[in-house]
Amino acid sequence: MFSTRNFNRSKPVLFILILFPSLLWAYQFVTGNLGVNPIEKLMDELGLMALRLIIITLMITTLSNIKPLKSIVVIRRMIGLFAFYYVCLHFSTYIVLDHFLDIQFIIQDIIKRPFITFGFISFLFLIPLASTSTNNMIKRLGFKLWKKIHYLIYPVAILASMHFYVLVRADKTEPVIYMGIIILLLLHRIFKRLTRPQLAQ
Amino acid sequence: MKILGSEITPYKTYLNRRKFIKGSLASAMLATVTSSAFAKHDSDLSIYTNNLNEKDKLNSYEEITTYNNFYEFGTHKKHPHLNSGNFKPRPWTIKIDGLVKKPQTFDLEKILSNVTIEDRVYRLRCVEAWSMVIPWQGFQLSELIKMAEPLSSAKYVQFLTVFRPEEMPGQQKRTIIWPYREGLRMDEAMNPLTILATGLYGHEMPNQNGAPIRLVVPWKYGFKSIKSIVEIRFLDTQPETSWETLAPWEYGFYANVNPNVNHPRWSQGTERRIGEFKRRETLMFNGYEEEVAHLYKDLDLTKFY
Repeated sequence: MFSTRNFNRSKPVLFILILFPSLLWAYQFVTGNLGVNPIEKLMDELGLMALRLIIITLMITTLSNIKPLKSIVVIRRMIGLFAFYYVCLHFSTYIVLDHFLDIQFIIQDIIKRPFITFGFISFLFLIPLASTSTNNMIKRLGFKLWKKIHYLIYPVAILASMHFYVLVRADKTEPVIYMGIIILLLLHRIFKRLTRPQLAQ
Repeated sequence: MKILGSEITPYKTYLNRRKFIKGSLASAMLATVTSSAFAKHDSDLSIYTNNLNEKDKLNSYEEITTYNNFYEFGTHKKHPHLNSGNFKPRPWTIKIDGLVKKPQTFDLEKILSNVTIEDRVYRLRCVEAWSMVIPWQGFQLSELIKMAEPLSSAKYVQFLTVFRPEEMPGQQKRTIIWPYREGLRMDEAMNPLTILATGLYGHEMPNQNGAPIRLVVPWKYGFKSIKSIVEIRFLDTQPETSWETLAPWEYGFYANVNPNVNHPRWSQGTERRIGEFKRRETLMFNGYEEEVAHLYKDLDLTKFY
């Protein structure tokens, strides 16, 4: 049995582990060690990291159904916020480095291209999630409403994986794996929901 | 690295440049030395100097050989560089068939002994909206077509890449239908800009760039420039091409670089020149409008993209 304390203690280590890639890529970018097309590489790495972290937050919820891992939810918020952190870096790389603040072009791009649209909506949905991720906000909103807001993570995950899927030109294996994991995690939740009332009887 | 006699270029400047490359110097040095050497080409080089913008600068050997789309070796840009070590580009033959006087198989060495290898510095614009400037060595496709003696009924040329899954690990997976196929209309194939390249930067063609022989059609998106060619067919109907078969709504047979016709998933209006920070405007026909626009004057380019 892992206690809440165990998981809380792992937080500083997790924090550094998850933060580290962004610092490394920033360093590599500045020193010119991110390969031949560094802006593309930076954007890809940041986006992929964000998607993986989003999937991990969904996994944590599922894992917490297993008795010994019940307390794992205490690390979920941090990972969710890190997902937001990486999405913000990903998005600002797109705006600043890739398109040099050409706002008119960017707006066109977001409206006209489905994969950018998916990514952008996903980013927008993450904002209310991130901004209500404090104990204080849970109290102010009430747990029920707060929980409702946080259901947004499902469209976020689906849109983010579609954003990746559409972007890939030929070998769709990796995005399909991510989509598969997301679908499995969602199916598990639906299954749980459907079986719950029966258990109560 | 061994360099064939036939691949030695006639230009003094080029020979000088190649000495640096042969010593496999750091790419940084390459970039500075070569771009200045290139500017000094003296004889009749108008065919490409005219076609390059004064703002164009050669990309480095390292950039050209470590960032490639060559799905036969994997789908990531670095895969061709990392996974092409076992590929054996020699000996090599090219089969000529279809509507020709006599179908035959040419030894590559024989082809090379019958053509003049020249330098061609071209912009390469990938359909993914990045670009490079590459110093190729090669010869005009029209020379090989003359050797092949096509019948007058031949209206199209189809090209096939080699299929060797044991040497090309990407072919072990069905990302696209192997072998890779491309095609040109006969007048496009005969255009003096269209070359078969056998080298770059004075090297034999590196495996990851399409050894030993590949097509270069500079006014079309990079995927038209098929690599490691083993077969050329002359046809009277428009041939099937790999990307068009895979996603016809995204990739057409013509695939001319055109900033006004966007890819459904991204804009083709701008491009990132590898090595540059800010995007550039994409040029009509990749800047080769003068040489090729007449080929398409009766064609609706938004329909035939």
